[in-house]
Amino acid sequence: MDWLNLLVIPIIRSVVIIVVLLTGFAYLTWYERKLLARFHVRYGPNRAGPKGLLQPIADAVKAVFKEEIIPGHVDKVVYLLAPALALAPALLIWAVIPLGKDFPAVADVPIGFLWILAIAGVESYGVILAGWSSNNNYSLLGALRSSAQMISYEIPLGLFLVSILLLAGDFSLVNLVEAPRAWWEWLWLWIMFPLFFICILAETNRSPFDLPETENELVAGFQTEYGGIKFALFFMAEYISMITTSAIMATLFFGGYALPFGIGSDILPILGPFILAGKVIVLLFLFIWVRASLGRPRYDQLMGFAWRTLLPISLGYMIITALLTVFFK
Amino acid sequence: MAQDYFPLLVFIVVSIVFAFIAIGLPSILGPRRKNQQKQEPYESGIIPFQDARRRFPIKYYLVAMLFILFDIEVIFLYPWAGALLPLRDGYGIWLALVPMGVFLFILIAGLVYEWSKGALEWE
Repeated sequence: MDWLNLLVIPIIRSVVIIVVLLTGFAYLTWYERKLLARFHVRYGPNRAGPKGLLQPIADAVKAVFKEEIIPGHVDKVVYLLAPALALAPALLIWAVIPLGKDFPAVADVPIGFLWILAIAGVESYGVILAGWSSNNNYSLLGALRSSAQMISYEIPLGLFLVSILLLAGDFSLVNLVEAPRAWWEWLWLWIMFPLFFICILAETNRSPFDLPETENELVAGFQTEYGGIKFALFFMAEYISMITTSAIMATLFFGGYALPFGIGSDILPILGPFILAGKVIVLLFLFIWVRASLGRPRYDQLMGFAWRTLLPISLGYMIITALLTVFFK
Repeated sequence: MAQDYFPLLVFIVVSIVFAFIAIGLPSILGPRRKNQQKQEPYESGIIPFQDARRRFPIKYYLVAMLFILFDIEVIFLYPWAGALLPLRDGYGIWLALVPMGVFLFILIAGLVYEWSKGALEWE
């Protein structure tokens, strides 16, 4: 049935992915709080359920049953639209991440790279609209800072993606994972990984680059006027972005759903999503480790680093990658 | 071909519907106890004396302009990056590299100019 293939299966897949991501988000908050507690030598959440495992559910129920407050001075339509605009792109990137050889998340399209770049570009709209519509000085400043930071780090990120594309020679993420790579290609990719990770930290507004929400100067940045579920949606957007970008990094740098040296790729294709999830959990640990270890830079240092350090490096890296590809592949 | 992309559209619609349901839910489930204090902007306990719709530093505008320039240039690199190996095999190494080299030279010359003018400083 054409109808079935065209509409029902994509809807089921989308709903499954959203539910899995929401569960992932809930337990990422638990994972982060537990890990941060370990870094600080304390216990973390341990009251709701065994080892605090029911804490995320308690938080979710609380957020849903909060009173809905729309302050009188805001631009109502944009104010309500902004959390949705922040959350949707974080979910949407998952459409193209391959979970197995013939098992795309939602659609098997040959434009994975372009999709990631396009959706990542939309992510800053939620933030800037939230800050502007709140009509609050803290929100406006936080949103300006945040959007300037996100667009600045998008350029080196885009150039690094071009370099990966040069090595892969194909816009499809499945082919990227499946294609054999020479040892020098892996080495060259991994040299770039720390810089790529820095760009990702800035793109997702994670600490140490969480200047949009520096508590001691801007209260909560662009989300100052948001409470209850609307705040939870921004929170969700940030954490789901973490999961999403970890999955992107796992796919681009660490073989995605495949095990190294092609172990077990033909025997158990159903393992793909679990292997990817394992890699994502390791990368999420990196995010939290960085948060527990590093302090914030000043804002001028942050912007200077994007434009005066990362941009020339990424340009140079891209040019060298092009030369390597043309002469050695 | 176009059918391959239809699931993406479905996913966009489902995500947006989900986000709107989440936003709408507390207005049904939550309590309603409005008062004047809850309606005011948050300014750390101080009564705000002016609107937030005001002028902000021009440097943000400059960053946005630089972003548009460089982002468009990055977009131009994508089709070339995807087609580099076929270009090399079809037309030879020099035709694959030289046109983009000229483009990148102009781009880098622009970057050096911006740098020397101090457009990349944040003060």
